[in-house]
Amino acid sequence: MAEPLLQVAGLSKRFGGFVALDGIDLAVAEGERVGLIGPNGSGKSTLVNCICGTLVNETGTVHFNGEAVDGLLTHERTRRGLARSFQLPRPFATLTVADNLRVPLLYTVNARPGPSLSAADIDARCAELLRLVVLEGKAGKYPRDLTQVEMRKLELARAMAAEPKLLLADEAMAGLSQSEVDDIVGLLIRLNERGITIILIEHIMRAVMRFSQRLVVLVSGKKIADGKPDAVIRDPEVEKAYLGQ
Amino acid sequence: MRSWVFFLVCVAVGAVVFAGARLVQNDYVFFAGYVVLQFIVLATAWNILGGYTGYVNFGSAAFFAAGAYTSVFFHKFYPLPIPVLIVLGAIVSGLIGLGMGYLTLRLRGAFFAIATLALAVVLQTLIVNWNYVGGARGAYVIRPESVPLIGNYINYLFVIMLALAIIAINVARAIERSQLGYGFATIRDDELAAEASGVPTLKLKLVATTLSGGLMGMAGAPFPYYIGYLQPASAFALDYAVNSIAMPMIGGTTSWIGPLIGAILVATLQQWATVSISSELSLLIVGLLLVGFVIIAPNGIVGLVQDRLRGRTK
Amino acid sequence: MPERAWGKQVVISLDLLINALVAGLLLGCFYAAVTVGISISFGILDIVNIAHPGFIILGSYIAYIVNTRFGVDPIVVSIVMLPAFYALGALVYQVYYESFEKRGREALSGLAFFFGVLFVTEVVLIIVFGVDYRYVEASYIGPTLRFGFVDLPLRMLVPCVAALILFAALQLFLLRTFMGRAIMAVAQDQLALQLMAASPTRIKRIAFAISIATCSVAGALLIIIQPIEPSVGREYIGRVFAICVLGGLGSLPGTLIAAILLGVMESLTSTFSGPSWAPAVSFGFLLLTLAFRPMGLFGR
Repeated sequence: MAEPLLQVAGLSKRFGGFVALDGIDLAVAEGERVGLIGPNGSGKSTLVNCICGTLVNETGTVHFNGEAVDGLLTHERTRRGLARSFQLPRPFATLTVADNLRVPLLYTVNARPGPSLSAADIDARCAELLRLVVLEGKAGKYPRDLTQVEMRKLELARAMAAEPKLLLADEAMAGLSQSEVDDIVGLLIRLNERGITIILIEHIMRAVMRFSQRLVVLVSGKKIADGKPDAVIRDPEVEKAYLGQ
Repeated sequence: MRSWVFFLVCVAVGAVVFAGARLVQNDYVFFAGYVVLQFIVLATAWNILGGYTGYVNFGSAAFFAAGAYTSVFFHKFYPLPIPVLIVLGAIVSGLIGLGMGYLTLRLRGAFFAIATLALAVVLQTLIVNWNYVGGARGAYVIRPESVPLIGNYINYLFVIMLALAIIAINVARAIERSQLGYGFATIRDDELAAEASGVPTLKLKLVATTLSGGLMGMAGAPFPYYIGYLQPASAFALDYAVNSIAMPMIGGTTSWIGPLIGAILVATLQQWATVSISSELSLLIVGLLLVGFVIIAPNGIVGLVQDRLRGRTK
Repeated sequence: MPERAWGKQVVISLDLLINALVAGLLLGCFYAAVTVGISISFGILDIVNIAHPGFIILGSYIAYIVNTRFGVDPIVVSIVMLPAFYALGALVYQVYYESFEKRGREALSGLAFFFGVLFVTEVVLIIVFGVDYRYVEASYIGPTLRFGFVDLPLRMLVPCVAALILFAALQLFLLRTFMGRAIMAVAQDQLALQLMAASPTRIKRIAFAISIATCSVAGALLIIIQPIEPSVGREYIGRVFAICVLGGLGSLPGTLIAAILLGVMESLTSTFSGPSWAPAVSFGFLLLTLAFRPMGLFGR
């Protein structure tokens, strides 16, 4: 059996006396679509931060693509193919929308071994990404001129610009309308069909159920369920802890 | 405009400025002009770390003085030509910037800013207690009588500082238009997102600190020759710290034009105010301008002009 | 001042050492009063108020004017001036909030703002008072208590006691009163506070105003301990932030211990290596703390 693309083992993270994550084990195979759900404060974003290196976990290891990434800085993990989008969009405010996408192309894709993209290549890829998220008209605008929805799309596009193997999408759809949610889910599924493994952290159950091949539930820093979506949502533990609300 | 074309334009402008100054037949123009040019270098250097990367340096005086005292140090061995001293000053100040950055840049920007304050005081205390470079008493540096080709020594110093200003501006402009400039901007805008996008933030911050410190050291290297008698109080004077911050913030921090405008305006204003009113009042004016601009026009003069051109209301 | 060559042996006499320690202790308690305002504005509110020492010097000069004109005790002056400093602090916070915090520009513009305020304060004081040293007169400035070979100058002892009282009062306020606990909470969870229908901005304004109010007292204590001139404020920037960071941000007891530690170190350095090295002590401490243990000795 092939080694999982992402292997998290025994990961724990505390903030002072508060235990945010308690011995999390998670394995994600290449090409999978995993949904990660849990109540507010259950540790989902903390887990994302630890996997990406933004936070340092106290115990446990993270293996990505067969390599132990503990101790590597975030940008080093991004260059190895591990990308994330932020829950609250964090665009580069003084750069145009197109330039926002140029940054990962310059600093991640070009930093990988192999031939560098030329300036023309980079322009082409920016344009393609903007088309993908339906933002091509906004290439020269600044993030402050975008609507909430457009900012979320930019956030996703920027993560995708890094050409990741694994994308951690952290609540990319909060505040969107139903049709916008469907758009984004469709987009993510298309990306997955291109070969990108995706972990979707979300509250919107519709989106999660439609998207996930596997569902993981986090409550109070512990993983309480991990399996096929239909089975997981019918798990009494999950119902009690989460869906009952 | 291509970079080398811009450089040639700068040199041409510089030549015109120098020729114009010579026409005036009054050495005061050169003395005052040197100060303005010096602040152009300091403001531009500060802006590379402060404006482009978003890390505030309160200790500009430390880097400036490091350059000045490197000159004094070597002068005691053997009087080296100023361009050599400039390189040495740049190296020393650059290394100090690198060292300090390495110690503190993994922390938040606020801690870095406070650390730069600490650096200035520590360095000043070290110099005050170091008798080889004169300690608290100060050091005399005798200027040569004249220099071949240019003749008058103060004219020579003026040309040197003019060259440094051109170098500083060209370096800043080159950074702005390069990949490095993107990297700096992302650190300023959102460091976490920058890391997530693959930007090696610590490495770039160290580059910015070293460059900025090195340029400031370059500005300081000729200073002992300009002033003739160097005391720690003058090398570490507070107005270096304030001016290095005020000039870019008043001029505008997002491009190389801002520090240039800010330096010319503020330094000229200060020279005039010092002569006509008092030096304390001139400093007060700068301080008030800084506070005023930071509150009302945070993007400086360049920002105001850009807003006007775009026809936007704020 | 006699020059000290490197490598010369220093004979350490016991009573010199003890006196240096005692002086350091007294000095340290005073430093705690100077720093407690920063513990609130920086430690709890996360506002890098570099202008804090400027407000302290302002307090010193006000104590000086009233003391010289009307002969009032400086500490009494400072207490009378508390409401004025409180109002000043509220005003400064409002400007800071509107201009920077709301727009997310604290990092660059906010810092530059406080730096400008510090600078303007110093220059205005130079223009009004000149650079001569000023001092106050009070019944306890001059006499010294003696216990054996230990000297306790009253001009250090009285500020020390006043500082400890101020410190205890603030600690009680933060731990026991509703507003005090709200202030501690606002640092950690703004959302929870909003849900409780309390306005985080109002609470932060009150906290910042309190931090500036402490400058009134700290300023009076300063001019009792030493004569002042406008640039003295700058020496204290490094001290207050060194103590705050060393003591662990937001921890008042930590601040007290760190302050005493710094006071003792400075006193020992001053006695045995000469006063020209003393400024480097606090700033050097700060650099080292930031480099190696930014969470402080009693870290949060």
